[in-house]
Amino acid sequence: MHVFYHIGKYGLLMVRTFARPQKWNAFRKQVFIEMDALCLGSLGIIAIISVFMGAVLVIQTAYNIDSPWIPLYTIGFTARQSLVLEFCPTMISLILAGKVGSRISSEIGTMRVTEQIDALEIMGVNSANYLILPKVTACVLINPFLIALSMFLGLIGGWLAAVVGHVTTSHIYILGIQSFFVPYEIFYALIKTAFFAFIITSVSGYHGYFTHGGALEVGRSSTLAVVYSSILIILANLVLTQLLLAA
Amino acid sequence: MIEAVNLYKSFGDREVLKNINVQFEKGKTNLIIGESGSGKTVLMKCLVGLLEVDKGKVLYDNRNFSEMALRARKAIRQEIGMLFQGGALFDSLNVEENVMFALNMFTNMTPEEKLERVNFCLCRVNIVNSNKLYPSELSGGMKKRVAIARAISMNPKYLFCDEPNSGLDPKTSILIDNLISEITREYEITTVINTHDMNSVIEIGDKIAFIYKGELWWEGTNEEILVSDNKEINDFVYATELLRKLKK
Ligand SMILES: Nc1ncnc2c1ncn2[C@@H]1O[C@H](COP(=O)(O)OP(=O)(O)OP(=O)(O)O)[C@@H](O)[C@H]1O
Ligand SMILES: [Mg+2]
Repeated sequence: MHVFYHIGKYGLLMVRTFARPQKWNAFRKQVFIEMDALCLGSLGIIAIISVFMGAVLVIQTAYNIDSPWIPLYTIGFTARQSLVLEFCPTMISLILAGKVGSRISSEIGTMRVTEQIDALEIMGVNSANYLILPKVTACVLINPFLIALSMFLGLIGGWLAAVVGHVTTSHIYILGIQSFFVPYEIFYALIKTAFFAFIITSVSGYHGYFTHGGALEVGRSSTLAVVYSSILIILANLVLTQLLLAA
Repeated sequence: MIEAVNLYKSFGDREVLKNINVQFEKGKTNLIIGESGSGKTVLMKCLVGLLEVDKGKVLYDNRNFSEMALRARKAIRQEIGMLFQGGALFDSLNVEENVMFALNMFTNMTPEEKLERVNFCLCRVNIVNSNKLYPSELSGGMKKRVAIARAISMNPKYLFCDEPNSGLDPKTSILIDNLISEITREYEITTVINTHDMNSVIEIGDKIAFIYKGELWWEGTNEEILVSDNKEINDFVYATELLRKLKK
């Protein structure tokens, strides 16, 4: 019963969120602010994680294939497939769920407990729309670019590991990451990312928006936001993969 | 005029408001007084629709606010200004942007007109040269005054103030009281103020509603309250030693 209660309440909040903004230019400005704060602010951590992840993938793949029957370009190929299909879209989204999700829900939660949301409502502003929609829009639009960048940096990290660690030559690694390339896989990854971005922003928005009480509850709802967005990302990952990749 | 008719509100099985019938008049400062926890804030939130009432209705100039659709409510809300107990300024915006917020959202004024209006409102509450400060950089009293400026930026027909001078020094309190009462008269606003400050009651209480344990216990003016022989009223009014001495 509890689950249905939350799903219903979340649904109603989304209906209010996806209303027409009161003023389009105010909305546009807010979207740019959120793009800067939520998305560009995460560039650093994404870059670091991607480079290291790519490097580790290459070293581990090389470690696992010591049979002379498996060609060395398999290393680059495997690294690319893992990065594009799973590591970048899902792992980075999970990290963003922690970083962006807790930020969104504590920001909105604090506005709730300090009556700033009431103040918006009193003015006649649709507070859900004003607070949540720009965040959802910003992340759904920008996160795919972040993930594309993360894929690129991951491959660079793999290249560094390959060359510096003398795992294979630069030439063979690059041959590997170019082989059997299916552009649809990139599309699949970016679609996943957009869905995950929606989950992160809307679920955290939900937890922040319905905070009651004080500082303690703000902290509690940002924990819940991270936990639930992570779980939902994992579930959505399964469903989307089944829908988009299963033959 | 704002009217509350047979208002009931409870949280769970805790009855906070019981059968409140009261009228707040136009162009006057209407006070809701009562001890802490008596239900003043809840009553005010019911009046503006931040809390849904269990029974009864709220009328704004004979328009039934309680049964309105959301869209119609939004129209009335643009005629309402409210000052919250904690100020509730938007943390991410500076003083100027806070006061300009509703103007940006609901009017088609040019940037110059908006700035002029903002400066007028800020000047009215004696905040000058602080346009670019953020709420975290203001003192408590300044926050309250900026919040008043924000509440009056749209020329409201109805103004609600939840404890406008709690936590302020006596001088600033009186300043804010007088400010609210001046604005009320000047623009013919229907003003409703929550307070437990006896100074405000005596200074600006055109009409006073005394709430006791969730019930409307007494109504009258600031002259009548001093001579009332109701026991609860006397306990409230003459709670301090100083006032008791003055009475004798
Ligand atoms: N959201 C809520 N849930 C449950 N009980 C509440 C809620 N809001 C208020 N109450 C209860 O309603 C009663 C009246 O609270 P209210 O905030 O109106 O007091 P008040 O008269 O404004 O007091 P103060 O002068 O201290 O601000 C209190 O007993 C409070 O515990
Ligand atoms: Mg109160």
